[in-house]
Amino acid sequence: MFAHPFMQHAFVAGTAVALTAGLVGYFLVLRAQVFTADALSHVAFTGALAALAAGVDARVGLFAVTVLVALGMGTLGRRARPDDVVIGGVFAWVLGLGVFFLTLYTTTRSGTGNGAASVSVLFGSIFGLSAGRAVLTAGVAAVICVLLLAIARPLLFASLDENVAAARGVPVRLLGYGFLVLVGATAAQSSQVVGALLILGLLAAPAGAATRITARPWLGLALSAGIAVGSVWIGLTVSYLVPRTPPSFAILATATLTYLAAIAAGRLRGTAALGWQAP
Amino acid sequence: MTGTFTWNLIGDLQDMWSLPFMLNAFRAGTVVALLAAPAGWFMVLRRQSFAGHTLALVGFPGAAAAVWLGLGVATGYVSFCVIAALVIAALPAGTRGGYSEQSAVIGTVQAFALASGMLFVALYKGFLNGTNALLFGSFLGITAGQVTTLAVLAAVALAVLAAVGRPLLFASIDADVAQAHGVPVRALGTVFLVLLGVAVAEVGQITGVLLVFALLVLPPATAQVLVARPVASLALSVVLALVTVWVALFVAYYSPYPIGFWLTTVAFGLYALAQAATAVRGRLAVRGRLAVAGG
Repeated sequence: MFAHPFMQHAFVAGTAVALTAGLVGYFLVLRAQVFTADALSHVAFTGALAALAAGVDARVGLFAVTVLVALGMGTLGRRARPDDVVIGGVFAWVLGLGVFFLTLYTTTRSGTGNGAASVSVLFGSIFGLSAGRAVLTAGVAAVICVLLLAIARPLLFASLDENVAAARGVPVRLLGYGFLVLVGATAAQSSQVVGALLILGLLAAPAGAATRITARPWLGLALSAGIAVGSVWIGLTVSYLVPRTPPSFAILATATLTYLAAIAAGRLRGTAALGWQAP
Repeated sequence: MTGTFTWNLIGDLQDMWSLPFMLNAFRAGTVVALLAAPAGWFMVLRRQSFAGHTLALVGFPGAAAAVWLGLGVATGYVSFCVIAALVIAALPAGTRGGYSEQSAVIGTVQAFALASGMLFVALYKGFLNGTNALLFGSFLGITAGQVTTLAVLAAVALAVLAAVGRPLLFASIDADVAQAHGVPVRALGTVFLVLLGVAVAEVGQITGVLLVFALLVLPPATAQVLVARPVASLALSVVLALVTVWVALFVAYYSPYPIGFWLTTVAFGLYALAQAATAVRGRLAVRGRLAVAGG
């Protein structure tokens, strides 16, 4: 399997993206901000299409737009935590803009391409990565991971008990902004690999499973990253062996099944504990 | 589109409505707006935007599976959205994580649904244009039969919503007190999610699954910014949704850009105007009070 260069690139980029998604996702679930990540991943779609329509390199548009919108949503909410309605309103319109750029792109630039661009931006093309892009993705992922781990301790404190953290002098607002920027960057870089619509699964499912399995934060963080990486590896292998399965589907199916298994295991353990207490 | 714009708006409308597909689009848009606004109003009140958005996106695999299996697209939308509503209502029961756990479940449901949609598209080859229509909507191909189906479904959903409206409002505003008064809060939540599923399945057929949100969130959010009283803001959100759909259809007819773009832009423009107006009014009120105090 690893004889093919495209599989090597897919594994390098996939592992890098899964690692960031697992780490960032754990904090997202802890802070109940999954909806924000959802919105930002949709913003990444608009950013990529805007860049395509303007003829700029898609990556520039992606990162610029997602990080800017992340900051903008932070200013609209309390303590850099955007409100439900604000997120919904903003990203409904941003998606509308995405459609506008899509039309602009398909009518002016490509001529013949009717929507293939949007499908690949939305659902990713992990097997189409070049060596350069795979290495670049890994580099960006490394930067995001290092930054996140650097602020992990105060961020954890601020996420678990915001008021106590603020009273202790932790810069809660600043951390909120910093975290939003990291989420935006994760959404931007992942949308090139698994697609703007599917990155949410890698953010939510492994982290959800990890919070189910353990209550200890550092173990949960590591577990979340591990499950995400494992899902990508299994998913890539499955879609290599079963050619008609899209890789994005195989990856997300693995992550979802892991989450379901974690829920089921939790239920069983809960029942067993009750049975032990009852007599 | 095709027509040429003149400043005689009545004439333009007559011109537009002489085409059967535009007439059907206006009829379908009206039905959809009438259902989306009340459902969205409760959704905004209950802070369930994320669940609503997820239900909307589930319509994509629903429609893709229906096309793949050769069934009606409407059947696919409605059945998948209602099933997803039941899943979301059932899963987070009795979790210790509370809200954060629930958002993880919803996010997983959403991503998995989209990935399944991608699988169905891959299984049914040569569907790429259809994918974009499903995601971003199209108002061109609506038949009279579809309008009837939409209208019947919307009437049933609105009747149910009217029946549970009062206790639902109570449960949405203060769940604990409502529970203490014997209101079945949990059952109401499930009923509402199913209603929301039907609503987004209907809206999705016009706007595409990605843009359902514009019609579901923005008019009610605008109305809640402007008016605080429940019944008045509910009525206002219906009016705003109707205006949004009509203006968007009208403009889209004359422009090369898709309906989804105009729909979201009109809805967001109204929301931004309402926010700005409230901000200005608040500042004027403060200044007036200062002047009175100073004078």
